[in-house]
Amino acid sequence: MLAYVARRLAQSLAVLVLMSLLVFAGVYAVGNPIDILVNPQSDQDEIARATAALGLDRPLAEQYLVFLKDAATGDLGRSFVYNAPAIGLILERMPATLELATTAMLIALLLGVPLGLWAGVSPRSTAGRAISAGSILGFSLPTFWVGLMLIMVFSVWLGWLPTSGRGPTTTIAGIPLSFLSIEGLRHLALPAANLALFNLSLVARLARSGAREAMQQDYVRFARAKGLAESRIVGTHVLKNVLVPVVTVAGVEFGSVIAFAVVTESIFAWPGMGKLLIDSIGVLDRPVMVAYLCIVVLLFVAINLAVDLLVSWLDPRVRLGAGP
Amino acid sequence: MSLLRALLAGSLLWLSAAHAAELRIGLAADVTSMDPHFLNLQPNVNIGWHVFDALTHVDEDARLIPGLAASWRALDATTWEFKLRRGVRFHDGSELTAEDVVFSIERTLQVPNGQFGTFTRRIVAKEIPDPYTLRLKTAAPYAMVPYDLNSVFIVSKKAATGARPEDFDSGRAMIGTGPYRFARFARGDRVELARNDRYWGGPAAWDKVSFRIIPTDGARLAGLLSGDLDLIEQVPTADLQRIRRDALLETATKVSWRTIFFYLDRHRDRDPRISDKAGKPLAHNPFSDIRVRRALSQAINRQAIAERLMDGAALPASNLVSPPVFGYAADLQPDAYDPEGAKRLLAEAGYPEGFAVTLSATNNRYVNDEQLAQAVAQMLARIGIQIRVAAFPVNVYLPKGAKGDFAFAMLGWGSFSADLALRSLVATADAKKGFGAFNWSGYSNPKLDELLERAFATVDEKAREALAREAMRTAMRDYAVIPLHHQVSTWAMKRSLAYAPRTDEFTLAHHVRAK
Repeated sequence: MLAYVARRLAQSLAVLVLMSLLVFAGVYAVGNPIDILVNPQSDQDEIARATAALGLDRPLAEQYLVFLKDAATGDLGRSFVYNAPAIGLILERMPATLELATTAMLIALLLGVPLGLWAGVSPRSTAGRAISAGSILGFSLPTFWVGLMLIMVFSVWLGWLPTSGRGPTTTIAGIPLSFLSIEGLRHLALPAANLALFNLSLVARLARSGAREAMQQDYVRFARAKGLAESRIVGTHVLKNVLVPVVTVAGVEFGSVIAFAVVTESIFAWPGMGKLLIDSIGVLDRPVMVAYLCIVVLLFVAINLAVDLLVSWLDPRVRLGAGP
Repeated sequence: MSLLRALLAGSLLWLSAAHAAELRIGLAADVTSMDPHFLNLQPNVNIGWHVFDALTHVDEDARLIPGLAASWRALDATTWEFKLRRGVRFHDGSELTAEDVVFSIERTLQVPNGQFGTFTRRIVAKEIPDPYTLRLKTAAPYAMVPYDLNSVFIVSKKAATGARPEDFDSGRAMIGTGPYRFARFARGDRVELARNDRYWGGPAAWDKVSFRIIPTDGARLAGLLSGDLDLIEQVPTADLQRIRRDALLETATKVSWRTIFFYLDRHRDRDPRISDKAGKPLAHNPFSDIRVRRALSQAINRQAIAERLMDGAALPASNLVSPPVFGYAADLQPDAYDPEGAKRLLAEAGYPEGFAVTLSATNNRYVNDEQLAQAVAQMLARIGIQIRVAAFPVNVYLPKGAKGDFAFAMLGWGSFSADLALRSLVATADAKKGFGAFNWSGYSNPKLDELLERAFATVDEKAREALAREAMRTAMRDYAVIPLHHQVSTWAMKRSLAYAPRTDEFTLAHHVRAK
């Protein structure tokens, strides 16, 4: 088990190096960041000075080696536009994104699993049909459009919720969190709902098909014959079997929710790290781009590891580290 | 009687409560740093103008007015004397003296990767005859010192000595003389300010100001419509009509200092990127012929673009700077739309069949930029010039432009004087003189260069403006670039508010008042 974890971490290190190389080459192919950053009032001397100050006048290979050397000591460089350490910028923004993504995932799971079970147990009922149909909508509507509609309906017309931004935060163990106050929750509601919609549909569909399949299985018939209450059959036996694929997919999706929170973050002006990445790409702020991707890779690795451990616990037949 | 008084007192109380309410402003771009001497970015400088002052300020028309300096004059061709306002206090209570000014000027050169050294590097010596007087010397006659110092915020020497950028972001070093004190900076989310009751220009109207950073146009507008925000900047042109019809909202518009223009490759006599319609490169660069350049200009229907594509948020241009700006040549008129005349000019120049070229433009920088390029391409097609539009996001576009990748391209520029804009964009590139740093077309006109040099060495404002105007006329009559229009900036706000709109596009809370 420990060897398994160590091997996974070693693999991720190789991914990190490869990815940083790609980002360096990619930014270099797009162009010189100085052309975007430069003050329009400056003359040639000033431009040359700024280029040298950022080390952009040196050959790409040298720039990359300098980066690797610093990275080995945990320094991923200073942002060209924020004038702050890149890693600090991302860590500063990470709680907002994680809070949003976790809330969205909780909504998706806590609503999606019961809804899916309901639709799976009674697929021909009106509710079952409505859930199936609704989940297709949830899949296919673009997040961007849904976000704007949510703002129009709940903020502009009804005036119930704020249009954008993050509410006041409370710092717990050094992490600023906004879901601990009413105002914070009001700010969180719309972006979290917007981000949850896709996964809510996905989870509901997975749970529905899982439940439909399980309901046909011998162990369910057996349980019924034994005289177990329907609530116990669905709530314990069916649920446990349904959860295995749901947890696997939810784990993978949690990574994408973090990575794709950027659309929601942009619409709702949520100060998360996805928005930071988009802003940084817009001005070719290379240190932030590299640092962001490194952290996201690490996050994905950690999430996948956690999912594997969780699945092996849910389903004792799954053995870690075994297989080809 | 007592009831009336009670009612009156109640309504007064309500009024003052309304005043105590904070002003919430929706900003269109991200504020990256609080350090006033780091990046010269519009949103950063916008916040800077609340917390800090400069020696010289500019009014709504981008004309120089006194700031922390009550007056200034040139003692001789290389010495400028500034007289400071007396009794100005920093937010920490200490008094502003010439020491703080000298410290601030020096700090611009020391901040790592700071961009404000551009405005101070020409100052070679600083003298402080008394705490309220400052003399600045330049090596050569240089007229722009008071203008350059408009970009240099004055920080408190006491608070900012040894301060790192982080100390500004946290507020520790954010001690200025401005109308608002720094309260909080939440990166990517908001900047909060509180009124400076002792502001030398009189206290501002709002107790608290909160700048929310909302770059998505639709979300910013929704914030205003829902009442989350009191005022927003950069209203999308497509929504202007709707807001004007809304009984609860008010708009304020002003011609911006940003001018959109086209530049043409002039580097070489034979440009492989310009071909006949069969794709065979032309023997000579057609843009070297003034008749071709004039034909392009006359083929553009600026009025139609301003009215329809821009929904009125543009002013057809004849100059490289907008009308209120120093050195604007009012006698130049935008070229009238004349496709027949343009065709004749092309035929005279030897291109009766026209030619083919790519027009490059941004697609996320200027208002409706890609649509503008498409519209102009269609207009040029009518005189026989075949245009392929290539639109890029700005992070790809600018590096390509700087490399000279474009034969025909669109660009926008904001400047608060004609000679500065001309120096950067169309003066012959010369690193020693600092001329033509953004002259990506390769245009060169010795007469223009000479006029600009004389303008920068002339310390008398009137004489310098006359020279700047002459330089503008020289460049425009030669079609150094083809100006399209000046953007018009728009603010939208609750009907109960009024804002004095500004040419420099800044959104200043202390210029917002309750009606």
